[in-house]
Amino acid sequence: MSLNAKLIRKDFPIFDRTIRGGNRLIYLDNGATSQKPNAVIDAEANFYRLHNAAVHRGAHQLAEEATEAYEGARTIVANFLGAQDDEIIFTKSATESLNLLAYAIGNAPKSNRFHLGEADRIVVTEMEHHANLIPWQQLCNRTGAQLSWLKVAADGRLDLSNIDSVITSDTKIVALTHQSNVLGTINPLEAIVSRAHDVGAIVILDACQSVPHMRIDVKSLNIDFLAFSGHKALGPTGVGVLWGRAHLLDELPPFLFGGSMIASATMTEATWAPVPQKFEAGVPNMAQAVGLGAALQYLENVGMDEIHAHEIALTGRLIEDLGHIDGIRIFGPTDLEMRGGVVAFTVEGIHPHDVGQFLDSQGIAVRTGHHCAWPLNKKFGVNATVRASVYLYNDAGDIDALIESVRGAKKYFGDR
Amino acid sequence: MMQLDNLYQEVILDHYKHPEHKGLSVLSDVQVHHINPSCGDELTLNLSLIDAVILLTWDGVGCAISMASASMMAGLLMGKTLEQARPIVDSFVALMQSKGTQSGDDSVLEDAVAFSGVSKYPARIKCALLAWMAFKDAAVQVQGK
Repeated sequence: MSLNAKLIRKDFPIFDRTIRGGNRLIYLDNGATSQKPNAVIDAEANFYRLHNAAVHRGAHQLAEEATEAYEGARTIVANFLGAQDDEIIFTKSATESLNLLAYAIGNAPKSNRFHLGEADRIVVTEMEHHANLIPWQQLCNRTGAQLSWLKVAADGRLDLSNIDSVITSDTKIVALTHQSNVLGTINPLEAIVSRAHDVGAIVILDACQSVPHMRIDVKSLNIDFLAFSGHKALGPTGVGVLWGRAHLLDELPPFLFGGSMIASATMTEATWAPVPQKFEAGVPNMAQAVGLGAALQYLENVGMDEIHAHEIALTGRLIEDLGHIDGIRIFGPTDLEMRGGVVAFTVEGIHPHDVGQFLDSQGIAVRTGHHCAWPLNKKFGVNATVRASVYLYNDAGDIDALIESVRGAKKYFGDR
Repeated sequence: MMQLDNLYQEVILDHYKHPEHKGLSVLSDVQVHHINPSCGDELTLNLSLIDAVILLTWDGVGCAISMASASMMAGLLMGKTLEQARPIVDSFVALMQSKGTQSGDDSVLEDAVAFSGVSKYPARIKCALLAWMAFKDAAVQVQGK
């Protein structure tokens, strides 16, 4: 393996600090957010230090430089996804990207291909994060459209046996996650996209857990829209991305109205600027977009294939070693086929919060709770799980420390 | 490990493993169901007033802190009147909001002063308060009856 996590950690200043006394930070909460390398922190800070001005406005040098930096970030994102520059829309988060879509679709008049009515259907899956479930529930409430979903089987994979009766001819939208933020399952897009397109539906992909961790090419995935967040991909908070096929973005009505999204305006009406400006009303999160550009360049320099292989190796070690501890239940696939570096588990007799608190006392950061996927938790009959999620700066030592600490938690809560 | 022992004091783990007044009474004047949406913990509380005296039972799923807190609260409030319960609840809430600066009045809170360590862990204060907020809610409702 060519990836040297120890060397990579030197680029991330947060690993210089200690946790709860003198413990080394072992950060395994990457599914929630990632840590930031100096390259990203510097890019964001230097935008403010050197180039700060409102983009796409002003006749001065700073405005020119700011615009160049911001549009440069757009090009980096486009290249990262195998897309065109004008297909990339900066938002404040992936949640906003998905809500933008839901509201823009809700704004579509009858003549528009995106128009939704009572005869139409939206399909999601049972493993969606709330960010890719609630916006569609609400859109159904506003339009009268029906919500259906593909179920999750006991092994944590989507049950596609009834795909034809779920994705029906009245389906207009199929919105699903690329990789579950709880189970780690990577969904088989080919079958789903093919069925969706056969019935004339668009496919919206929540790629928050995949874009930061594997090579993504939107053209070969053959999807129609994709959302991801910057902060999970080493980038700053406050910046997300919506990608869409150019001709679909052209047809999609805008959602947020205001400055810089218009082509012309009178006291009574307006026309819209071309994409992407049509969807970027107001002064955007410029420094954050520039920081995201630096983050994606950093990931590219390490190599997305190397990162993915590194994470899969760590995930294999984690799943295997957890399996050697009595009373551990893993949620999601235990093989490494079509699976990412997110492992949710419970420890029999110890509540996940208490496991997490014990791990924290050893410097190990994990997520505990329902991970914003309440329906999925209920399906598996649990209120909460412990979730460990790896990234490029984790190494085998981190996994070993986690395993040892889980054993420690069992002792601490069991034997006292 | 000293720091963690401060959070998970012996008496807290005892109540977690051997909860008191757990299991809902068949009848109640008021039933409330509270959840902690950030972690999924759930608690149901049955409150009755028998000649103005509190009868309290509960059930729930949650961490050691939330469950032990429910157990100790039920023991503290059982048999008191609502007037007698109020200063106990206020004292516990104040302790939780103290950011580790108070050790709690054991003449009021008895064993529940063991939760003083929780106030230093901001993420866990909601766990400790889950049952107490449910009781406050139930007390308001039962007075409206």
